[in-house]
Amino acid sequence: MDPRLGIIEERLKDVKRVIAVAGGKGGIGKSSVAATFALMLARAGHRVGLLDLDICGPSSHVILGISGVAPMEDKGIVPPLVHGIRFMSIIYYAGDNPSPMRGEDISNLIIELLTITRWGPLDFLIIDMPPGIGDPTLDIIRFMKGVEFLIITTPSKVALETVKKLVKMLIELGSPIIGVVENMKTDALPAAQGSIEALHVPFLGTIAFDEELEQAVGDVDRLAKGRFAADLRGALASVITAGGGGQLV
Amino acid sequence: MHEWALAEGVVATAIKVAQREGLREITEIRVKIGELQQTDMEIFEFALKEIVRPQTALLKRAKFVFEHEPAMLKCRVCAAEWPFKQSLQELDEGESESIHFLPETAHVYVRCPSCHSPDFEVTKGRGVWLESITGER
Repeated sequence: MDPRLGIIEERLKDVKRVIAVAGGKGGIGKSSVAATFALMLARAGHRVGLLDLDICGPSSHVILGISGVAPMEDKGIVPPLVHGIRFMSIIYYAGDNPSPMRGEDISNLIIELLTITRWGPLDFLIIDMPPGIGDPTLDIIRFMKGVEFLIITTPSKVALETVKKLVKMLIELGSPIIGVVENMKTDALPAAQGSIEALHVPFLGTIAFDEELEQAVGDVDRLAKGRFAADLRGALASVITAGGGGQLV
Repeated sequence: MHEWALAEGVVATAIKVAQREGLREITEIRVKIGELQQTDMEIFEFALKEIVRPQTALLKRAKFVFEHEPAMLKCRVCAAEWPFKQSLQELDEGESESIHFLPETAHVYVRCPSCHSPDFEVTKGRGVWLESITGER
């Protein structure tokens, strides 16, 4: 028996909601959404954790401008509090180096992170997921009971096609889906709303393509005040209120 | 893995098994410890004692038996095999510490001694495993 599996539930017992920000493919803005969502929740006074599980391409720390901090050892690992967010990532241990790992290694690493991390009481634990429906997605469904999925897509046909697969799999596995947010909306492509609603999952709203988002990367004040955050706030406000989590301001 | 987290996992799993099997007392817990974990046994055994202490009825006579397994690595590119100990000698303190907390970060810092590929598998000595639990009904 793997003794790590006996403790994961205990590690999450004081976390009210676990929300995985997922998508069918890379490059659709999952990390931007996850990091900005966590930031907005923290600024609204919620107790928030952010776990970057994109093991091979962690980027939440770049978006939030997190550097020069480290977890503290205390009967496990306590993630540092940065911008009001308890932030955990492989970057504390891998630094800027690449992490060339295969599926089994990634699964083991995810189990290890869930085992050693002591989050403490949280209102929200946001997870920045790697793309697709592979091992990490199956792992968190297996180990984090009650995890809810917030799905991100873009209006592109390719992204929508991969989202269909993700949604079908989550429905098949009985995993709760909060809804789908359309990111990088432009006038050049048809809206994704119709395609999403055809999947019988809630369409939460759109985030317009924001040319200034890149300039806000690493600057949390600019990020929180930008158009991207405003659109995301609009898409997610009802979700947070409906979930008993208070206002998202 | 951090020793305290490991100890918590071992005790929590043993208690779950004891409950499932209807044991009123656990007498022996055998744990296999892979070298890749780089577990500090002094800290691990101290943590076990502290965690077991409040569980007096179920675990008051429980004896822990440890089996240490050396870690072996095998390159997926050139099929070379080598002991993790060999690579450990070439790591600095920070790299070694990272592997201690997250053993998979071996893939970040260790390279095949023959072809320098990071694409290797840990064939032995990766994890911690609860081998057996003995008790009385």
